[in-house]
Amino acid sequence: MSKDIKITKGLTINLKGEAEKTLASAPRSRTFAIRPSDFHLITPKMVVKEGGSVQAGDTIFYSKTNELIKFVSPVSGTLTKIERGAKRVITNLLIEADPQDTFKDFGVLSPTASSPEAIKARLLESGCWPFIMQRPYAVIADTEIVPSNVFISAFSTAPLANDPDFSLHGKEKELQAAVTALSKLTEGQVHVGVGKSGSSPFKGLKDITLHNVSGPHPAGNVGTQINKISPVNKNEVVWTIAPQDLVIIGELLITGKFNAERVIALSGSEVKTPKYYRTRIGSEASTFLYDSGLKNENVRVISGDVLTGTKISPKEHLGYYSNTVTVIPEGDDYELFGWNKPVFDKISTTRALTFSWLTPNKKYNLDTNTNGEHRAFVVTGNYEEVFPLDMYPLQMLKACMVQDLDQMEVLGMYEVAPEDFALTEFICVSKQPHQQIIRNGLDLMYKEIG
Amino acid sequence: MGLKQNLHKLKEKYKGTKMAPAFNALHTFLYTPNETTHSGSHVRSVDDLKRTMNTVIMALIPCLIFGIFNAGYQHYAAIDATLRLDPLGNFFTWDNFILGAWTVLPLVIVSYVVGLGVEFIFAIINKHEVEEGYLVTGMLVPLIVPIDIPIWMLIVAVIFGVVIGKEVFGGTGMNILNPALTIRAFLFFAYPTWMSGDKVWVHGAKAMAGQPDAISGETILGSLAQNHEPIYSLWDMFWGFIPGSVGETSTFLILIGAAFLIFTKIGSWRIMLSAVVGAIAMGLIFNGVVDQGWIKEGSSFYALMNETYWHHLIIGGLAFGIVYMATDPVTAAQTNKGKWIYGFLIGFMSVMIRVFNPAYPEGVMLAILLMNVFAPTIDHYVVQGNIKKRLKRLKVKTA
Repeated sequence: MSKDIKITKGLTINLKGEAEKTLASAPRSRTFAIRPSDFHLITPKMVVKEGGSVQAGDTIFYSKTNELIKFVSPVSGTLTKIERGAKRVITNLLIEADPQDTFKDFGVLSPTASSPEAIKARLLESGCWPFIMQRPYAVIADTEIVPSNVFISAFSTAPLANDPDFSLHGKEKELQAAVTALSKLTEGQVHVGVGKSGSSPFKGLKDITLHNVSGPHPAGNVGTQINKISPVNKNEVVWTIAPQDLVIIGELLITGKFNAERVIALSGSEVKTPKYYRTRIGSEASTFLYDSGLKNENVRVISGDVLTGTKISPKEHLGYYSNTVTVIPEGDDYELFGWNKPVFDKISTTRALTFSWLTPNKKYNLDTNTNGEHRAFVVTGNYEEVFPLDMYPLQMLKACMVQDLDQMEVLGMYEVAPEDFALTEFICVSKQPHQQIIRNGLDLMYKEIG
Repeated sequence: MGLKQNLHKLKEKYKGTKMAPAFNALHTFLYTPNETTHSGSHVRSVDDLKRTMNTVIMALIPCLIFGIFNAGYQHYAAIDATLRLDPLGNFFTWDNFILGAWTVLPLVIVSYVVGLGVEFIFAIINKHEVEEGYLVTGMLVPLIVPIDIPIWMLIVAVIFGVVIGKEVFGGTGMNILNPALTIRAFLFFAYPTWMSGDKVWVHGAKAMAGQPDAISGETILGSLAQNHEPIYSLWDMFWGFIPGSVGETSTFLILIGAAFLIFTKIGSWRIMLSAVVGAIAMGLIFNGVVDQGWIKEGSSFYALMNETYWHHLIIGGLAFGIVYMATDPVTAAQTNKGKWIYGFLIGFMSVMIRVFNPAYPEGVMLAILLMNVFAPTIDHYVVQGNIKKRLKRLKVKTA
């Protein structure tokens, strides 16, 4: 059974440096890192001490508020350093890798023959639970609540993002095991959104409801698809999982091993040969960055895509959830009369002496300059053009800024994640930090209501 | 290259000091800052508030230039009525331009210097950057006042408008009323003799009043309000060879400005279109009242009510108000549905005020200010529609 979802509002940002569809193996990283900041609102309680050795799949820490949620090592090695920041918050866990991985064996578990409780217990003990995110609040799923539906987007529209049709190629068996397992954990269905014209490995799978999605970004965002398929209501929880994380879950069920393998897209205009790399969660970015080569020194390395990723340095490590690394030029330079001269080499949704509307298929080389200063909200009506969710983005942002919980709730805060506001942030004339505003709003709600 | 580095050094020097906002305001006019993104979206589109405001100013420039010529033309034509026989031939002359520039440019300069001065002072006191809102206001103000308005009145009004109309609410983006219209409304009620009547629309009319060579020039709305037949043809009105506030007379140039604003997606076509529809609707209602014979020829409303409905769009400041001031995004309705309602009511009310209030022949200023106040209410009900849909969905699900 498949249904069509056609998104009309949005904006496809064409950037230079799309990853070529060839897969290389990145050299094995010497060190691996887990950044607790990747797990929003999780305070780690350490299990392994500095100097302790771990196998791939061994628990390193668990959540202070819910010790069922465990976080495991992506690699076998020695936990060499626990880096701490202000107020002794753990910022980074460094693992020095063994030359060869040894895996902790969780044992094979057939998703078709097992009970939901057994599956859930396995996901929790193996450290696969943190791959399951929930809405509302866009945090790691609550272990107590049965989700009304599970949503997976295997369609990517974000600029220079990982194409799941390519990176999931040949993983049908693992995906099937994972979606079958998830279908037992929900009272509803497992909804999968795939590109209408693509050749997604999901297209032949059982136990899912397939949706053919088309349209500009953010059609590929799982939040957009949820809004069109079955919007989240108050007192309702849905799960979202990235497709590559399903592969890890599937492999765990089939082989009993936590194999933190990732196929990442290394892309961006500053990468010499942008292509796909097989690597592991938490690897040093330099292992693949310098394999491909960078064109410049003054670059921004982003773990993730340009709209939602995290800034890292080449010496730092791949984020826990990232399947894309993008390298674009830094924009820390002044531009003479940048505010009034005609612009041909940057993207705009207006036509105010900006000419990107003439060349919709041109690929741009955007840098990190904000192209203007932070201002109060002035312009109206422009966010709606790129915001396909059935809600009022400007009013939502303002409700978050003034911390009006009642208004946030009725405007649809339960349905959104910060990434849904990435495009409005991109086009914002007042250069407001939309995703941060929404994140703060969600956190406030989580604290006060959730 | 040298300039860029030197300015960068100065910027670092002023950082954190009281003068930083003032310096940055000037610096950013020359160079877009070297600011980069830190989190969230790492790339940003090219549009910023300066570019947005600049686009509106570009749309206003033709009106300003025309206004300069028209100031001279109306003065000379009031002295020598034969000039009106060939308006086009006698319009774009050096005499007109010099006299016009001499009278109009001081208004522009005073408006900007005073208004931006207030903005700078508030930015320094409140320690925030100078926001660009006044760039458009400063251009609008000289275009919507009578030509001979004394400079000191303008200064007082601009200070009042910027402080009370905008800064007390928190500056650009926070104001409830359109600042340019707040300034005009202040002038209108504080100095009515300088803002209406038949002596203020032509340069020199007030100064020469009572003398043997006295001149006058009445606006079309002024004539109609007194049941006089205006002396200008429809084409004069459309092209703008008529007395009026400095920059609002040429419907033709306003249409060009509107087209530019809509094309660049800076001005809201929803507001403009619905305001035109609203004005036509009210005009048709009044025409209908006259056709039904419900109002007698002697009535003081007769001439204005009898004016063919679409003429309302080319006389007075209605077109200018709709295109350049009703569309101010801060004070207008902020939802797309709300913009339809807001625009319609502006057009509707403008014509209504025009007809029913002979003391204030032009209604668009009051109509926009009134709707500015109601815009948040309109938005509230539009957003409630979305909220109700969400609640209904919840009910269906839990039922």
